[in-house]
Amino acid sequence: MEHIVIIGNGISGVTAARHIRKNSDKKITIISSETKYFFSRTALMYVFMGHMKFEHTQPYENWFWKKNRIDLKEGFVTTIDTDAKSISCADGSSLSYDKLILATGSKPNKFGWPGQDLDGVLGMYHKQELEKLEELAPNNSVCKRAVIVGGGLIGIELAEMLLSRNIPVTFLVRESSFWNGVLPEQESQMINEHIREHHIDLRLSSNLKEIKSDEHGKVKSIVIQETGEEIPCDVVGLTAGVSPNIDFLKASNIKTGRGILVNEFLETNCKDVYAIGDCAEQHKAIGLRRPIEAVWYTGRMMGETVAQTICGNKTAYKPGHWFNSAKFLDIEYQTYGWVFSERNKRENESYFQWHHASEKLCITVSYDKNSRLFLGINTFGIRMRHEIFDRWLTEKVSVDFVMEHLADANFDPEFYRTYEKEIVLKFNEEHATNIKVKKKSWKRIFSTNY
Amino acid sequence: MDKNSSFALSNPHKVPLNNTQKFGFGLGIIGVIILTLATFNIHAEPKGIFTLVSIALIVVGAVIYARSTYLQHPAGIKNNHVYFKTISNRGVWGWALGIVLTLFYVLLYWFPSYLGLGVDGKENTGLVVMFDSLSMFFKGQAASQWFVYGTLYTLAILSLGIKFMYKYRHNRYQLIRTVVVILSQLFLAYFIPEILEGLNTERTYFAKDIKNMWPLNYYFFEPWHLDNMRNGGSLGMFYLVAGIFMFLVFTPIITYFAGKRWYCSWVCGCGGLAETAGDSFRHLSSKKLSAWRLERWLIHAVMVFIFVTTAAVLYGYFTGNGEIFGLSIYNTFSKPYGFLIGAMFSGVIGVGFYPVLGSRVWCRFGCPLAGYMGLIQRFKSKFRITTNGGQCISCGNCSTYCEQGIDVRAYAQKGENIVRASCVGCGICSAVCPRGVLKLENGPEKGRINPKEILLGNDVDLMDLLNKK
Repeated sequence: MEHIVIIGNGISGVTAARHIRKNSDKKITIISSETKYFFSRTALMYVFMGHMKFEHTQPYENWFWKKNRIDLKEGFVTTIDTDAKSISCADGSSLSYDKLILATGSKPNKFGWPGQDLDGVLGMYHKQELEKLEELAPNNSVCKRAVIVGGGLIGIELAEMLLSRNIPVTFLVRESSFWNGVLPEQESQMINEHIREHHIDLRLSSNLKEIKSDEHGKVKSIVIQETGEEIPCDVVGLTAGVSPNIDFLKASNIKTGRGILVNEFLETNCKDVYAIGDCAEQHKAIGLRRPIEAVWYTGRMMGETVAQTICGNKTAYKPGHWFNSAKFLDIEYQTYGWVFSERNKRENESYFQWHHASEKLCITVSYDKNSRLFLGINTFGIRMRHEIFDRWLTEKVSVDFVMEHLADANFDPEFYRTYEKEIVLKFNEEHATNIKVKKKSWKRIFSTNY
Repeated sequence: MDKNSSFALSNPHKVPLNNTQKFGFGLGIIGVIILTLATFNIHAEPKGIFTLVSIALIVVGAVIYARSTYLQHPAGIKNNHVYFKTISNRGVWGWALGIVLTLFYVLLYWFPSYLGLGVDGKENTGLVVMFDSLSMFFKGQAASQWFVYGTLYTLAILSLGIKFMYKYRHNRYQLIRTVVVILSQLFLAYFIPEILEGLNTERTYFAKDIKNMWPLNYYFFEPWHLDNMRNGGSLGMFYLVAGIFMFLVFTPIITYFAGKRWYCSWVCGCGGLAETAGDSFRHLSSKKLSAWRLERWLIHAVMVFIFVTTAAVLYGYFTGNGEIFGLSIYNTFSKPYGFLIGAMFSGVIGVGFYPVLGSRVWCRFGCPLAGYMGLIQRFKSKFRITTNGGQCISCGNCSTYCEQGIDVRAYAQKGENIVRASCVGCGICSAVCPRGVLKLENGPEKGRINPKEILLGNDVDLMDLLNKK
């Protein structure tokens, strides 16, 4: 029986394993040094905040793995011999494989800041880091202030976590406005406001110069590059992005760049070795996507795809329309298609934007200013139907069509106030159009069923 | 990391209450203490006034506490520390509350004299006497333990319902639903029945809470109750006809269009208490597959039990027979059902065990009306919880906070809609979802149940190939 070994038990590796099991009888082993059982990394924050226990982050009960004949091995892989098709672990054990899937995920970035390895400095990615944070910052008498370095999705989540323990947070963001390399200014500004509304000490255009140590090698303070200001703190969270977790491959024959280099079939340069998820780097970026996509959804999609190939149905990784979501403290964010920030806006890309007068609700619709082709939408505080936008992107509808049918796409809970009329009114004013919003139609919505 | 689940009185991440919270909490506690002392025959005089004072203290205290707790932060999901607090994580306060509630129910059902009910024509004492003047006001007679229970029950739904509304002030579904829950309890279950009771004191008792229909109200078809309704004049006949109509016609139709939620989480008294007073315990329900298995056996067994019991009782009623197939109808059917299911299951376990098993134990494992509507909801209804394409990140908030123990995530992470008999449509899974994945809605039956191999977002050809296979 063919033996499939998967290194990494995150969403990518586990999705691959599940789909290989669905389609075959092969022997499957998942190796992880982080935890025995799969858990949802995106939910770690809720454990710290007391919304859940760790066990609640595990999507499958513990009996699931045995029942589905997926062997779980705890171990840290140190070497991979792609000629002998074997791997060995730090504890001296070894394993041979017929096919190997690398799904080792990411690790937090460190940019060589002075003091970055001091006691009290941590990233927020692995379960072990969560446990460390529990030690370092159980409450605001042990941790009187925390400084977070890096204004991205993990940074704002870490801030929310620390706030839940009433720990004062200083948030250093390199950009002039939160995440404005990705978000349009309107939205980025709204999030700035929301961060401050939560009493987070947000410092924009601020870089970390150094982390200072006390006499015991523990964090004492940080210094801001631009102003030289020194901020006393007990914990420093480094959340300036992540990069592929591939150091253990250095001695192997597997070719790497920033990540593990793969072709469109997710194959590495070594026969029968595949890489998926955060750790994989496409030789050639797909569409407007980045060569490395460290996103939950893409990890899952690569897992689904590689399982097909391994089970004999050779399939290229061809992701559909881009989508993503996040939550910034209390504000939900969804995006479908491509909306680039002003900084990265494409030449033909034009915005239509709407912002609620008092609530934290807004949308940005991107469209081609020449052809009026709908390119993508960002929504904040308003939920939208994935299926509808996916269909509209496939059918290449115009921005006018999107406006006319906006009610079909709304996914807010029942009884929520809707804003389609207000939004389209503004659109009409700005575009000298006379679009009337159509009433929501189940018939149209459900003609999208895949 | 499970050290949080400690039995220690103080939790390791204690967030101290501010002065306003302490004040509100204190007011509520004083209200509770007045009534507790009364139970031990230490009465504040005049009793009628102090009963109203304690009710007012509890409501006002809850409002002050809730305002201070929830308005100090921007609107949003407020589940911080749920698993650190000993009251909401089966710690010492949780167990203590569970024991007190259980004891209260045991006394209420089987030993009401310990609550102060005057038996054999004696005057009320203890807790019950505190409610005499209120009962006098409504119906010109001294209070029974059931009047006390109904008043306290309504008080719990009102005060903790208001707290719930502050907690979910950003969510219009929760706000509207909770207003309806509170008004249903206040008027349909409390004021209207008590006032009608007062207007018909010459007639014998029959249930006047129109929404509390058979088989949840298991004694509806008992001979004494049927006789009381028949002898109850036009009002009695109205409740008899309405009761049958509600079950046979109204319920299936509304459940077809909106799911069982119209009842279970919008108007039902048991559900109303679970949604308001039980909100702090909703996450304690078991999400294991084994619990689901038990649920399906148990709830349908109870349903069959009450159907058989009622059939036997009606047979006895119309034939004048006390026996059926040589079995005593009362001793074989009515009495065991009343004791085991009516009192033990729905009362003692159903509410007493809130802080241990979660707030919906009765609704999930026992209630025959929920079982009946569940079958309609599962097989012939427009209601579903729609999963939003491929947006699920498997975080587990939805499953954790499902009071009915549905593993919502198991569906959401497969891109599959949730169509489950037990879903009461409270809408909390949708509220706590950080990525906007879940929406309760009533839509076309076609495509309601939609199992998938591959989620939206991947290669369209691959999805087509595998999902249509």
